[in-house]
Amino acid sequence: MAEQKASTAIEAVESGLAAQGYIASRQIATAVYLSQQIEKPILVEGPAGVGKTELAKAIAAWRGKKMIRLQCYEGLDEAKALYEWKYAKQLLYTQILKDKLGEVLGGAQTLHAALDQLHDFGDVFFSKEFVEPRPLLQALEQPGGCVLLIDEIDKSDAEFESLLLEILSDFQVTIPELGTVSAITPPTVILTSNSERDLGDALKRRCLHLHIGFPEQRLEERIVESRVPGISQTLRRQMVGFIHEIRSLDLKKLPSVSETIDWARVLVLLQASELDTEIVKDTLNVLLKYEADIEAASPQITTFIAKATRSNVFG
Amino acid sequence: MRENLHRFFRAARGAGVHVSPAESIDAMRAVGQVGLTDRAILRDTLLLTLAKSQDEKLALGDCFDLFFSPPEPPQDQAEANDNDNDEASQNSDQSPSASSASEAGGGQPQEGLGPLAQMLLSQDRNAIQAAIASASGAASLSDIRYSTQRGIFSSRILDAMGLQRLRDDLDELTATNPALAERLRGALDALREAVRDTVSQGLALYAREEAENLRNEILRNAPLARIERRQVAEMRALIRQIARRLRERYSKPRKRQRRGHLDVRRTLRRNAAWGGVPFLTAWKRKHRDRPKIVALCDVSGSVAQVSDFFLLLIHSLHEVVDDVRSFAFSSHLIEVSEILEKKSPEEAMAEIMSKVGFGSSDYGSSLVDFEHDFMSALTPQTTVIVLGDARSNNLDPRADILRRVSERSKRLVWLNPEGRLAWGFGDSEMPRYATFCSVVRQCATAQQLERAVSDIVATYQ
Repeated sequence: MAEQKASTAIEAVESGLAAQGYIASRQIATAVYLSQQIEKPILVEGPAGVGKTELAKAIAAWRGKKMIRLQCYEGLDEAKALYEWKYAKQLLYTQILKDKLGEVLGGAQTLHAALDQLHDFGDVFFSKEFVEPRPLLQALEQPGGCVLLIDEIDKSDAEFESLLLEILSDFQVTIPELGTVSAITPPTVILTSNSERDLGDALKRRCLHLHIGFPEQRLEERIVESRVPGISQTLRRQMVGFIHEIRSLDLKKLPSVSETIDWARVLVLLQASELDTEIVKDTLNVLLKYEADIEAASPQITTFIAKATRSNVFG
Repeated sequence: MRENLHRFFRAARGAGVHVSPAESIDAMRAVGQVGLTDRAILRDTLLLTLAKSQDEKLALGDCFDLFFSPPEPPQDQAEANDNDNDEASQNSDQSPSASSASEAGGGQPQEGLGPLAQMLLSQDRNAIQAAIASASGAASLSDIRYSTQRGIFSSRILDAMGLQRLRDDLDELTATNPALAERLRGALDALREAVRDTVSQGLALYAREEAENLRNEILRNAPLARIERRQVAEMRALIRQIARRLRERYSKPRKRQRRGHLDVRRTLRRNAAWGGVPFLTAWKRKHRDRPKIVALCDVSGSVAQVSDFFLLLIHSLHEVVDDVRSFAFSSHLIEVSEILEKKSPEEAMAEIMSKVGFGSSDYGSSLVDFEHDFMSALTPQTTVIVLGDARSNNLDPRADILRRVSERSKRLVWLNPEGRLAWGFGDSEMPRYATFCSVVRQCATAQQLERAVSDIVATYQ
């Protein structure tokens, strides 16, 4: 019984994401479904531009939830990611309340008594009022839940990773002065990584590990279809076939899905009906981002177009 | 099925995927959500929960396909057979039990034959598969570790299926019904083959990790110079593992220990704006010896096999320690720091070998080169590591230069791939050089290499 439900639920995820213009493979849909069911973050790895960040956006749009994004970079720390004390506000309040303080403390006869009363103030100044929530804390505080995107976690330092562990496993964070803040509704957490640095085992352990590679030809065609509606079927097949041929080359940076979509848009703009050597040569810089790559690919263009068109006939 | 999943986890570990208990619990929970009927979803689920990298995913995918490839017998039937076989093997019941008789009903029921014979004659393939599966469970096939155990596990499984009884039946039948005996013998051969396949599959599934550990252990202690060509790739992987371990062990604490005690003066100055209330603290930094290492690596023909590994290790040294300068030499010496830093190990090694490798070694002239061009690289904080066999083809060893090197640096460590016994014999100049070294060690196996480098790096922590 449960099995039946699972496969339909996974299909529901697929169509839900598709309605937001995100064509997910079955594995992606399974990951999204599972992360919801067993409340685990998803760690998405894969080359740049295959739709890791898009996935988070699509989930947020599909579920109608707010997306909170934390872009990671070297040197990112607690104060920028989690929370910070509003020092200036605290100071300002102290200044303004100086008279009040005098009144309160005036009643104290001894230094000891004054100190005791001051202690009570400490709690006032280190209260929620003076906490500036940063993305992570914001995500926990969303009453209806949200999608938390921790983008390019591999760019942050190893220390920051450890900071995340508490949030990822228990959806809570401990602020020493205040205590533990738990999520009202556990957010859906998506972490992305380009594998620039090996992530720690502790982090990986807490996540479902999803690898998004370059999509299969059919899937990529569907993605183009959903993203660039104006494109003719012939051209779509040809260009996706061509890109798959290009990916077999040994290039510095292989074109990924985002480049495919850009290229499709360019071709539509140029009102191309099918690929020919001329138009490919003119627009190759949309696909390939290095001069050396363009040089390496140029001699192959004619062959690749021929191949792409041929497979079209049989496909 | 729970049992089956646990067996799969064990198989996954065998395939090199680290499955911790916590991960297996997660996987169980996830499987509980999606169920078992849809194989594709089950595969995705296990891949998502267990594998932690793309490599692991591929390995686990293969493992999954291998593990779930045999048609799974219907559960209740397998259990029924299980009971049968237990009875058959334990008290060798003479009369076939009721359930197995009804199972064999498809073929020609033979009075007085054991359950296994009945099953074989009935040629019910599903039942036989199920019996093999449950018998391999009884023989705990998942404990198989080495290919040499194949025979023993095969016979254990056959015994568990009631081979003894079958032999008796065969003897009896040969006398009474030779034609049927012939058929049974043929079926038995087919059964043996099926069992052998099952065991091979079990070996492929469960034994990988153990075999790998064993191989690694052997490699670790094997003399580097005598590694066979096909082992070189594995050896490289092993050395890279060692390098990674070194890096993990030594790169982290350095960062952590940098902060010393509070710098009161700087803290006060920094917080003057807040009336001296210390919002921002300033910390003194602990003074630490900056690790400076100068490595000289012999890449001549006589140590060609070993220098490969030496270079690999120096390459990893570059990742652990900030300030390393490396030099390679055979008849003359060049600096290779940049190559090692910028390129991948394989590329770097190929380039270095093509520049200075494989020549006949001349320690004297190489040392002259070093003194002439790079003596200024040495400071009283430097540790100099020389990797080489000190065989100088009877040319002038120029030990005087090594003395000056030793005087200018903090320590001079010589790692020699040859055993102590060989030092000083033939053209080995080791004893003369050793006088000026702070440490001389034999360094012929991966393990010795690891210890030597670990000691060197540790002195800086």
